[in-house]
Amino acid sequence: MTIELIAGAIKAILMIVIGLNLSLFLLYFERKGSALIQDRIGSNRVTITGLGKRMGMPNLGIINTTIADPVKMFTKEDFVPAGADKFLHTLAPFLALFPVMITFVVIPFGDQIMIHGHRIGLEATNLNAGALYLLATIGLGVYGVALAGWSSNNRWALLGGIRATAQMISYELAMGLAIVSVIMTFGTLNLQEIVRGQGGVWFGFLPRWGIFVQPLAFILLLVAGAAESKRIPFDLPESDSELIQGYFTEYSGGKQAVFMLTDFAEQALVAMLLTTFFLGGWQVPWLMRDGFHLPGGAFLAVPALAVSILGVIAFLVKVVALCIFLGLVRWTLPRFRYDQLMRLGWKGLVPLGLFNVLITAFVVVATGRVQ
Amino acid sequence: MPPFLYIFLGALAVVSALGVIMQRNPIHSLLALIGTLMTVAILFIGEDAVVVGFLQIIVYAGAIMILFLFVIWLLNLQVEAGPTGHLALKFFGSIGAALLVAELCLILAPPHLLVKFTHEPAGYGSLASLAAKLFTDYLVAFEVTSILLLAAVVGSVALARRLPVVFEEQPRAVEQPRVVEQPRVVEKIAS
Repeated sequence: MTIELIAGAIKAILMIVIGLNLSLFLLYFERKGSALIQDRIGSNRVTITGLGKRMGMPNLGIINTTIADPVKMFTKEDFVPAGADKFLHTLAPFLALFPVMITFVVIPFGDQIMIHGHRIGLEATNLNAGALYLLATIGLGVYGVALAGWSSNNRWALLGGIRATAQMISYELAMGLAIVSVIMTFGTLNLQEIVRGQGGVWFGFLPRWGIFVQPLAFILLLVAGAAESKRIPFDLPESDSELIQGYFTEYSGGKQAVFMLTDFAEQALVAMLLTTFFLGGWQVPWLMRDGFHLPGGAFLAVPALAVSILGVIAFLVKVVALCIFLGLVRWTLPRFRYDQLMRLGWKGLVPLGLFNVLITAFVVVATGRVQ
Repeated sequence: MPPFLYIFLGALAVVSALGVIMQRNPIHSLLALIGTLMTVAILFIGEDAVVVGFLQIIVYAGAIMILFLFVIWLLNLQVEAGPTGHLALKFFGSIGAALLVAELCLILAPPHLLVKFTHEPAGYGSLASLAAKLFTDYLVAFEVTSILLLAAVVGSVALARRLPVVFEEQPRAVEQPRVVEQPRVVEKIAS
């Protein structure tokens, strides 16, 4: 009992820490990665001791982006504009961050480990209605952004807030449809069960990952997820060439940092969702609980604990790879126009999602997997 | 769900429901309403009606309240001033409200408050049991409702659709010679 309780607390904290650290990584990638893509140098000034510089090592800008920038943000003046709704202006950033942070707890990041005969599943909560929880919390993310735009008493901010609201509720639908078709494929709402269902191989070599069963749903969730996290090419709510900074125009200091953290955390969350639903979560190709079953028929035994650790590493590798992919997209594509965005959402993704659900239903019934 | 949690959430729901009617600012009222819906949803989840609870959050707190927000923005509702009117009006109004509350208390008095706690079978309120009921016993009602909703959606799209503008053939006017605009002479400013 106590072991489960302590393990539960550790896992919940661990998941939040993973989310925050991924956000930090994305912050770093945003600065230095974009510099790499655009053939610039990027931040390369700050050092703590100056030792590396004297030894002739290149400055990778890690201290710049991960320490100096956040410290600068949090020590700036926290300004509330005149005529703003002070209470909501303060509440809004946290209202935006909170749903993202609590969504991390249902993502399974590993199989299970045994401690003193207790089986501890490597997910913060093993919720039977995990997918429903996910849709519920993601849906709540709209309020922070909408209220930030409204409470700032600024027209640019209000426009950004309205755009964000319309965009997020439009793309939530496509996201929900993509998740529904995955749920139908695996027949469960439990995310850990969905990941378990992706173990094993087809034809002796192809891992049973969701992306090979539901390629269309993968693309739908990728696009809708990018739109939900409000990044380029879907950054209409904060398009800085038209709206200054969109819904957080009037934010400064720590509160603005919280909004930026929300964006990065959402991006990390989208990567985790894609990994869980389509890239097999913590499944390593050809690795079973007893070891590697390679396609040629070769077998390599691996101890149980190492299998679990390999699973966690695989999960993190997949998530980081997807994060980098989303970052590449962000620095490659130009921004959509607003009517293009709405047309893509309502006339492109939603009908495709409905079509996909229909096809999935036919296949599920035809293969007789209905209880 | 332990009783203290139940009482705490119930109190929270009542307080935020009071907030809905006591706030002057419509957006604050809306937030209080979201708070009420969320607490009631958590109560549902705590009482094993997991699906109903989550659907309440997804549908009501996540979607319908956003519509309310849009309506408030579009109508540009402002902060309401206090109650206006004659003092006597307020006095009798308060008495009437107090009488209504007293009546409500009488109607909901003891026999109804004694709720019997029963233990439901395992799996009650789960998605599987709900779906089994929905697609066997209540299939017709479910399908009729969905067709009704579909008809409503199609109807609203048809109403909101912009009709294509029909250009009637106009008798063509005698073609005027196009006025060639004189190029403007830029005055040179002696510098």
